[in-house]
Amino acid sequence: MMRHSKLTSLEEAIRRSGLRDGMTISFHHHFRGGDKVVNLVVDKLAEMGFKGLHLAASSLSDVHAPLIDHIRAGVITKISTSGLRGALADAISHGLMEEPVVFRSHGGRGSAIASGELHIDVAFLGASSADELGNACGYSRSENAKSICGSLGYALPDAQYAEHVVVITDDLVPFPNMPRSISASLVESVVLVDSVGDSSKISAGAIRDSKNPRDILLAKSAAKVVINSGYFEDGFSIQTGTGGASLAVVKYIREEMISRGIKASFALGGITAHMVKLHEEGLIGRLIDVQSFDKVAAESIKSDPFHQEVSSIEYASGEHKGSATHALDIVILSALEVDTDFNVNVLVGSDGIIRGAIGGHQDTAADSALSIIVCPLLRGRIPCVVPKVTTLITPGASVDVVVTEYGIAVNPSRPDVAERLRKAGLKVVDIHDLAAKARSIIGTPDPLPFGEKIVGVVMNRDGSLLDYIRNI
Amino acid sequence: MMFVPGNNPGMMADAHIYGPDSIMLDLEDSVTMAEKDAARLLVYNALKSIDYGTTEMVVRINPLSTPYGKKDVEAVVKAGVDVIRMPKTETADEVRELEAEILKVEEEIGAVGRTQIMAAIESALGIVNAFEIASASPRMMGIALGAEDYTANLKTQRTPGGDELRLARETIVVAARAAGIACFDTVYSNLDDMETFRAEVEYIKTLGFDGKSIINPRQIEIVNEVFTPTPKAIEKALKIVAAIKEAQAKGSGVIAVNGKMVDRPVVIRAERTIALALASGVLTEEEAAL
Amino acid sequence: MEIQNAVAGTLESGDILVRIAPATTDGLSLALESSVAAQFGAQIRALITDTLSGLGIEKADVTAVDKGALDCTIRARVTAAAVRATGVDVWKG
Repeated sequence: MMRHSKLTSLEEAIRRSGLRDGMTISFHHHFRGGDKVVNLVVDKLAEMGFKGLHLAASSLSDVHAPLIDHIRAGVITKISTSGLRGALADAISHGLMEEPVVFRSHGGRGSAIASGELHIDVAFLGASSADELGNACGYSRSENAKSICGSLGYALPDAQYAEHVVVITDDLVPFPNMPRSISASLVESVVLVDSVGDSSKISAGAIRDSKNPRDILLAKSAAKVVINSGYFEDGFSIQTGTGGASLAVVKYIREEMISRGIKASFALGGITAHMVKLHEEGLIGRLIDVQSFDKVAAESIKSDPFHQEVSSIEYASGEHKGSATHALDIVILSALEVDTDFNVNVLVGSDGIIRGAIGGHQDTAADSALSIIVCPLLRGRIPCVVPKVTTLITPGASVDVVVTEYGIAVNPSRPDVAERLRKAGLKVVDIHDLAAKARSIIGTPDPLPFGEKIVGVVMNRDGSLLDYIRNI
Repeated sequence: MMFVPGNNPGMMADAHIYGPDSIMLDLEDSVTMAEKDAARLLVYNALKSIDYGTTEMVVRINPLSTPYGKKDVEAVVKAGVDVIRMPKTETADEVRELEAEILKVEEEIGAVGRTQIMAAIESALGIVNAFEIASASPRMMGIALGAEDYTANLKTQRTPGGDELRLARETIVVAARAAGIACFDTVYSNLDDMETFRAEVEYIKTLGFDGKSIINPRQIEIVNEVFTPTPKAIEKALKIVAAIKEAQAKGSGVIAVNGKMVDRPVVIRAERTIALALASGVLTEEEAAL
Repeated sequence: MEIQNAVAGTLESGDILVRIAPATTDGLSLALESSVAAQFGAQIRALITDTLSGLGIEKADVTAVDKGALDCTIRARVTAAAVRATGVDVWKG
């Protein structure tokens, strides 16, 4: 062990942090469905007798179901997150917690951390490599690398602003672990564990090209919208979300970029193998990465100086005018529901159960020049274009175009875009007609039997309250 | 024409969103005997309730010689199908038998003459009788080749080059044209080889086929691309038609466009190109009228 | 009407599996499981019972597992199960 080593056990790191009941702990979600850090830490905190903690994660997913027991036991009494899924989301929707979950977008969380509105006492940050002084990365350059996630964008604000930072890694490397994402100067303790995340699940749900004909149809249609939007010119910038259709759009835009000799100045997000490929071909100048969606993107960030990791603040904070979303031309997003005012819901299912995440939806839709929502009109018997969203996540004023397999709706506030798309021969329809079409196919759903208890609050990116989620 | 199995409610519900010219709901080979009754009800209810827009709706029934055929006819005629596809057609008599069965149901519901017929030819005898089949009924709108059963009947198998189908394909095109109806080529089932598929579509277009059967939405774009006239071809066709109109107005008979003689076959081909362009949506009525 | 055990449909997305059995109660008993129970449960129940009584079936034990089937599919599967259960077809043929 080096002199001044910060390496210690998890229990000792917790003791050193001065954590007390009622304080706020934070985590990032870069290991996605393979994450082990949250459960590992909270299990230990429960064992040590902590109670009433506020868990502020950048997001939570199916793998965090063990938190249910900790909530019941009173270890965790408040949660802040971008999203919830699986059994945990189900339980919370049914009223598990007394205090409502606070939902924020990535940019909103970044702003809240920077302003102090979300004050973090102890941040537990998983890393794929760290040295004994705390320089940490979302990948490793050693032979013993066990995990990789790429960008640590959601961990950076926590590292910067938390009172006390604990880095947890499964690959301890010799000092100096540089270049580094998290600087040792921000870190108090380093903990070595067997595994921070299941590699096979870190990119689970990502990103194989969909062979689903509907996804292909939607992607091709969305690509046509991008190409004819008026924003598709040399130097444009683009971001895509994770749905099968949004991802594939990049593939279809590529052909047109090549034939017209157009290059993109940057791709933002949410970086995928598709974008890395275009970048390496010279079609995208820079990659601005807050989250590497797959292994290809994660490896690229390791070696390519033009693939830049950014914090969620630099990515999407509405308060910080230098955030990348302010320079973004086109964003392609998905939705659970869109209503006839173009409001979007990406968080609560049509059965009233929480099953998604805000992610960067609010941020990118608001700041980009053109926001395009790609979603099927129906998912089975569930309508996605509806008279009114179950829960409001992204206000309609920031949503410009909705692409469905039954036609494209353009926000009345963008007649210029509607005209261009019509001229290009695309099927532009009234969004009310789409909602009516959905109902004509599946019937009119009965209203959901929501209860009186508020189980979640949806924050707007400026910290104001946008909507409530009630129990079901 | 996109094939959709008649026992798959999920596929039947939105097959039309991919924009095929026509959809064929199948009650025959893709449905097991145990499920023929259920598939018939699915197809009936789908045709009655689902808004397929302007897509032409076709149902492939079971042969009348099976226990299912007559009930299939009753169900789909009552549901308002556009075209009944009869499988394994070998003689003109079979066509007339189907016609009678269709008429019976149409009379019952007061919709005489509504239903058209498409005959699939899938055997040597069918090819031999192709012209008789094609001209057997005023309801006959087209004939098609079913290559799998045909090659089996021929006691050979399908090859990438398609040599074994040459006579059948050419016979069907000739018979269809002689009878004044449309002709459709058989399916290509390897979805992973779009290159060969495209080559096949181009080949059968050259032979004179009006269209092709497909089994997956991913094949639609290629068929449309191959069959849609190029801007150059459209421009040339418009020029020819305009020149003929002008010549007719002046009263002169023979004309030349770009130094080439324009006689009747050339004009007919030009008109067909314009019709295809209009149907494909790459030309508007106004543009054609200019 | 004499009812035998009969089944129609599958558990595939967009389909509904319908089982009809001789009545154990006096009338129609329907047990419905649906992936869209909250939004369409009541409507689906009504459609199933209406379709059955339209076919003259007032007494039977029915179980249905719905995976988001549209009304036309529900009608088709219920009718198919009924035809199989009674041996009486809806087509003359």
